[in-house]
Amino acid sequence: MVRKPLVSIVSAGLSKFGKREGLYGRELFAEAVKEAFERCPNLNPRDIEALFVGHMGESFEHQGHTGPTLLDWAGLLPIPSTRIESACSSSGVALRCGIFAVLSGLHDIVMVGGVEKMTHRSTSDVTEYLAMASDFPFEQWHGMTFPGLYALMATAHMHRYGTTEEQMAMVAVKNHHNGALNPKAQMQKEITLEQAMSSRMIAWPLKLYDCSLITDGASCLVLTKPELAKKFTDTPVHIVGSGQASDAIGLYEREDFTTLKAAKLAAQEAYRMAKIESREVDVAEVHDCFTIAEIIAYEDLGFCKPGEGGSLVENEITTIKGEIPVNTSGGLKSKGHPVGATGTAQAYEIYLQLTEQAERRQVKDAEIGLTHNVGGSGATAAVHIYRRG
Amino acid sequence: MWGVQVPQQPCIFIGEDEMSEVAPFTIEQFYKFISEKKLMAVKCLKCASLLLPPKNICPKCFSTSLEWTELRKKGKLLTYTVIHVAPAQFQSMAPYSMGIVKLEDGLQLLGMIRDIKPEKIKVGMDLIVDFDTDLPSRWPVWPRYFFKPP
Repeated sequence: MVRKPLVSIVSAGLSKFGKREGLYGRELFAEAVKEAFERCPNLNPRDIEALFVGHMGESFEHQGHTGPTLLDWAGLLPIPSTRIESACSSSGVALRCGIFAVLSGLHDIVMVGGVEKMTHRSTSDVTEYLAMASDFPFEQWHGMTFPGLYALMATAHMHRYGTTEEQMAMVAVKNHHNGALNPKAQMQKEITLEQAMSSRMIAWPLKLYDCSLITDGASCLVLTKPELAKKFTDTPVHIVGSGQASDAIGLYEREDFTTLKAAKLAAQEAYRMAKIESREVDVAEVHDCFTIAEIIAYEDLGFCKPGEGGSLVENEITTIKGEIPVNTSGGLKSKGHPVGATGTAQAYEIYLQLTEQAERRQVKDAEIGLTHNVGGSGATAAVHIYRRG
Repeated sequence: MWGVQVPQQPCIFIGEDEMSEVAPFTIEQFYKFISEKKLMAVKCLKCASLLLPPKNICPKCFSTSLEWTELRKKGKLLTYTVIHVAPAQFQSMAPYSMGIVKLEDGLQLLGMIRDIKPEKIKVGMDLIVDFDTDLPSRWPVWPRYFFKPP
């Protein structure tokens, strides 16, 4: 039995991702909002009743209190605005808060979204700001970095399952291929396995091409009660499952470094709510902040058994034409990773896929989509399941 | 009890008077012990769970009856990496190795691995905890621990 939708997405917007020189986060957010309104002429901006927006770091733009700031630049004053921070899963969690707001009956129509402006800062500043999402006294204090934390997971995965550096590089090659088909991606260029393997070392065994990008970008979705969706569009996308879970902020506290327990629990909750099994997913956007994270995501989402993630990418199961296309947008790896915007940017890609608007990267007959958004080294995870309306 | 001491600086205690006799179960106190070359964890007096990092509430049984206990400084390496691109204040040391060690008492700790070439490091190898007790001049005034071969 198919589940009744929790809420429906009636429109979505995404700024161009990349190095957006001279533009502030709020201006990028306005760009995403403009697209969402243009896509849905039946929607009056005044219909929006509340905004939930993901944004990770005040340090990037020396700007806190970003809920009302973003709302103002989107032309939406004076409705309530709430900023959500859960590192790289900020807007995945903002999406969930938007679902709560509609399900509670308090609001009929809400906007959810996210933003981050990062490229104007030096790489060492960005490294420092992002590291704030890891444990300060027991990780950052000792010289740990974000690539370093995922490298610890990669080493553990390689040691236990025999996953190889080549398999990780294959994730990068696949996602760059997809990103080259996405006009909004930051890096619209293919790379070879040799290029990925010979790129400079960041945190062994992770190399430059194993890492996602530093990106400016914003994303948004408009959510309504399912019964109102057809008033706005003939092609809504329904959200049928939503899961979120937490884990220790310190990677060192966890029992197993080859899996993200929070992502597994969030996925289980979302599947249960949607009344579907992992094999029914037609297209997924997963949190490939590092290539090993995509391999672990396959396993945590049940696309394969633990330890088989490397061979899934090697056997081309997750390409656009494969059995379970993953990161058709190019993922964080090639589309880019403006951290606060990523969760709803993943939902934007699934919205395009399930409404047949993904153009050259369209997955044929996609009915069910999934997003997997992870904060930090896995202390937060949000998983959502979508069905064509 | 192990290494119990009254902190020199004034500190806020929770509730009962007898608590003021005990070193607080804080991260600050953990690092004070490190500066004395002691690796300490919090032990729950109700369910015997060991907590590292130290916490004020036992996450297993929610008890707040706790004590400090000293850990053995030996363990095995669970996973590791070699950091090439480091935060600004560590870049002069790069490349440096870091890992997570499972201590003999069952607790896990992350830190730098020193005195061994990266190519000699192996998952499962024995490592011991050592201390670098130099104190920084501004917040946080914490020394550092690290791992090295026995």
